[in-house]
Amino acid sequence: MKRSRLLTRLWEFQNKYGYIPDVAISEIAQKLRVSKIEIEGVVSFYHFFHRQPTGKYIIYLSSSIISEFKGLNEIKTAFEKETGCTFGVYNQHPLFSLFETSCIGLSDQEPAALINFYPFTNLTPKKVASIIQDLKNGIQVDSIANKPASKIQFIPSEEKTVFFRDYHLGNSLENLKYLDANEVLDIISDAELTGRGGAFFPTAQKWMYGKNATSELKYIICNADEGEPGTFKDKALIQNLPGLIIEGMIISAYISGAQKGFIYLRAEYSYLLAKLKATLVKFQKHNLLGKNILKIPNFNFDIEIQLGAGAYVCGAETALIESLEGKRGEPRIRNSFPTERGFNNHATIVNNVETFAMAARIIELGSEYISKIGTKNSKGTKLLSVAGDIAKPGIYEIEWGTTVEELLNRCEANAPYFVQISGPSGECINATEFNRKFCQEDLACGGSVMIFNRSRSILQILENFIQFFKNESCGNCTPCRAGNQILFEKIQKIKRGICTTDDLKDVQKWAQIMKLTSRCGLGQFSGKTFSMAIDKFDDYFNLKVTTCSDNCNVEFDIEQAISDYEQVVKNTQL
Amino acid sequence: METITFKIDGRNCTAEKGQNLIEAAKQNGIFIPTLCHFKHLNPLGSCRVCTVKNNGHTIAGCIVKVAEGMNIEVNTPELLDARKAILEMMFVEGNHFCPSCEKSGDCDMQNLAYETGIRYTRFPHLFVDRIVDAHPKRIAVNQNRCIKCQRCIEEVNTNDGYKVFQLTEKGNKTQVSIDYEQEAKLSAAEAEHAMHICPTGSILVKGKTFSKPFGDRAFDYKLGRKDISLNDIKKHTTTKGSKKRIATTSLAGCFGCHMSLLDIDLGLLDVIELVDIHKSPLTDIKKFTERCDIGLIEGGCCNTDNVEVLREFRKNCDILISVGECAIWGGLPAMRNTVPLEACLSEAYLNSMTSEEGETIIPNHEDIPKILNNVYANHDVVKIDYHIPGCPPNANHIWNVVKHILFEEEYTIAYSEFKYD
Ligand SMILES: Cc1cc2nc3c(=O)[nH]c(=O)nc-3n(C[C@H](O)[C@H](O)[C@H](O)COP(=O)(O)O)c2cc1C
Ligand code: SF4
Ligand code: SF4
Ligand code: SF4
Repeated sequence: MKRSRLLTRLWEFQNKYGYIPDVAISEIAQKLRVSKIEIEGVVSFYHFFHRQPTGKYIIYLSSSIISEFKGLNEIKTAFEKETGCTFGVYNQHPLFSLFETSCIGLSDQEPAALINFYPFTNLTPKKVASIIQDLKNGIQVDSIANKPASKIQFIPSEEKTVFFRDYHLGNSLENLKYLDANEVLDIISDAELTGRGGAFFPTAQKWMYGKNATSELKYIICNADEGEPGTFKDKALIQNLPGLIIEGMIISAYISGAQKGFIYLRAEYSYLLAKLKATLVKFQKHNLLGKNILKIPNFNFDIEIQLGAGAYVCGAETALIESLEGKRGEPRIRNSFPTERGFNNHATIVNNVETFAMAARIIELGSEYISKIGTKNSKGTKLLSVAGDIAKPGIYEIEWGTTVEELLNRCEANAPYFVQISGPSGECINATEFNRKFCQEDLACGGSVMIFNRSRSILQILENFIQFFKNESCGNCTPCRAGNQILFEKIQKIKRGICTTDDLKDVQKWAQIMKLTSRCGLGQFSGKTFSMAIDKFDDYFNLKVTTCSDNCNVEFDIEQAISDYEQVVKNTQL
Repeated sequence: METITFKIDGRNCTAEKGQNLIEAAKQNGIFIPTLCHFKHLNPLGSCRVCTVKNNGHTIAGCIVKVAEGMNIEVNTPELLDARKAILEMMFVEGNHFCPSCEKSGDCDMQNLAYETGIRYTRFPHLFVDRIVDAHPKRIAVNQNRCIKCQRCIEEVNTNDGYKVFQLTEKGNKTQVSIDYEQEAKLSAAEAEHAMHICPTGSILVKGKTFSKPFGDRAFDYKLGRKDISLNDIKKHTTTKGSKKRIATTSLAGCFGCHMSLLDIDLGLLDVIELVDIHKSPLTDIKKFTERCDIGLIEGGCCNTDNVEVLREFRKNCDILISVGECAIWGGLPAMRNTVPLEACLSEAYLNSMTSEEGETIIPNHEDIPKILNNVYANHDVVKIDYHIPGCPPNANHIWNVVKHILFEEEYTIAYSEFKYD
């Protein structure tokens, strides 16, 4: 058995037994000739792998902030009441196990849950009751699951639409017959495509590194881990235009000479697996994957799908590669780009789903077509997943340069107050900034826009975000692992009403230290929104803290500090 | 071998091309602190203590290979502070009760904290309940002290090539776990080696601890160490002329710090000449009748009475100093902070060996103080102006700080007088 098969093998055990039993760990360790603790280390890293038996139905309820605002607590109570189980506790019911999980990419249809990885959306307590009843009655879970389409709420005028226009299988690839690798690369370069996974790295440059790499084997990886809470635009592409993504990968392979590709699909999107696999088969049938693609001699390329297992950090490219190699998904120390040493130390190109789709459209439509759309530094259109306090949540294909205001109008936002751009690792903006533009020059948005109105508690938003980072840190570096716990404590302090302006200054200083010293983006940006919000929503924070000058005393909540004692005394006097 | 030149903090340095920055800096007489770096291991880049700037970008120093013309920053105020902050994070994330730690005095992390002059942590202690795993054959792993530097994971292998340690879980639950089966293969010497490479007191070999007496430990005395200046303390000059007044108290402490106060022998007579000791267990003066220049607080706050006394001190003293580990962050009494109060009280009053069968009453009366849910650091309750570490702090340390604050002369303390144990 190859080490890179580890995740797949673990999934087989997980699916068969509902958990990973000791014998599985021993067996795998023996086959891989590693110590058992190494396998334990991998298993425990991914939260969809369990080490204790689970019920026949594993229910993962999304705990995203959108879900919280749309009634998460009510739904949680409903699940617990109907099943008699408690969230996070094993062995309570032969049929059911309940767990919370971070955003499952259904922010437009929250509260939502996955039951055995089938989606259930727009949950109400009543719906929960009927679902559980049906499952108890032995009805098949797939027959009652929702089939949530990604609602495309907006596309620009026809001559400006890039993604959501007619698609014909293999259209973009036709061009490869007449162009050599350098020419194709030039087109991508002319269109100034930059990465859509959030970092906006020039794609042509990355592909050129891949092309120039001397590595014997080369790989293309499509990053479909879409873990940033509030983001579901990659899912929309996988659902609606899976072929376009695959074409983008094939183009990338054509340029770089890679012969093997992986789509690293987050397990939360397992229900899209069938469609994705069927599309791959179609491509193989049309000789667009496999050997001598398009009858071009020696153009060989094939794609395999790898399912993730529940770890946000695996979206970071080097962590993704580690995960693909069958290890804990820890970001690598930055000594070299994956295009030098990636998967199994071979040259590897990692791109986001949308980047590949866009590349395919560029080759199909030509760079001139794309260059006419957008702003000076951002060409073409961008897919946004928009959710929150709005009438029309869903996918928006916007021209780069669109203002926040325009978007808010289109999605019929209701009294927008706090807008989170690019998910928890992104940034927040307030009402004075709604004239800002989506583009790299201004608001470089990775794909998520979450809109909250004035009735929402900013602290609750921040607490949800920090809690997420605290759980999802890979645990390697101190500033991220400990820093997020520390920020979490600060939020608790503010919630208790014993904060001074000094505490807020601390948060900003500490977030800066985390930014300075963390290894990867998770730790670097996890304190950013909190720190920004303090400046941008000072009217809100002013009400939460005591103003403090030089010699100010700290506040101490003695009532809270003795509450445990009073409770114990009360309980024992009876 | 190609020699290259590069800059550290503006100074020209030379090294072999591609050499590890930590080593290259050392050869050029510049010390970059690290906890996870080991010369012969691949860089781990996990502890982040060695964070430096390379051409303006921050990066873990241990993963940098030096190249011609590099411009490295090591000791800028921002980086020094970030480095100190990371160490402080390690202290608050684990449960580092140095006074009761087998590794104290031989601990790399503790020593680095001395070097960086950490008196107290800017961050709140997290007091996460962590286990001590004593299942393995030779080794015990104390999770309270592990900083996840991963040295053990990289370095400790069995003869047949299996890893003994590995990270498990993720997020704030991440821990270093041990493979019992593989550990059992280690020889006594190999197990001791594991203990030796651990920069903290996390890996211990059963029956091998406390092998060195006080004074003989690696970091007890370091020859040639400069004295520590007290210049960061503000002088206090308001009551110039008149005799200065000091008050002291012991909250949730053991009076050890007060014993240390007296530990200057004849020096005490000089002190009495210079200052009046007002409210204090030493004088048995119970009430403040005059404002004091300095209040010395031993112990943290574990009950309502401690909070009251501390607040009274804040009201009546110009400068308040936390003396000793308990005052600074809870110290040994804070060991209970990882356990819910109810469990503590039941253990003490209901289920202990000496409590009566069927006992149901936890002592409570309006005249006795109420127990707080946690033991708190004094600076959680009132503003504290200065912290003197130690368990107990060295007497010279305490008195030199006091004298430095009250009088015009500059005082210093010896390197060996700055301790957490
Ligand atoms: C913590 C973290 C999570 C990330 N998650 C994702 C993700 O879910 N999807 C993604 O495409 N990129 C993600 N990225 C960015 C990737 O590391 C990488 O930059 C990207 O996949 C490169 O593709 P692109 O150039 O096409 O954007 C993440 C980065 C970090 C640091
Ligand atoms: S910043 Fe956080 S997620 Fe990234 S490597 Fe460090 S601990 Fe892991
Ligand atoms: S001596 Fe070291 S390991 Fe032990 S408690 Fe102190 S800092 Fe932690
Ligand atoms: S046990 Fe020691 S050597 Fe191992 S990671 Fe923890 S602190 Fe480092």
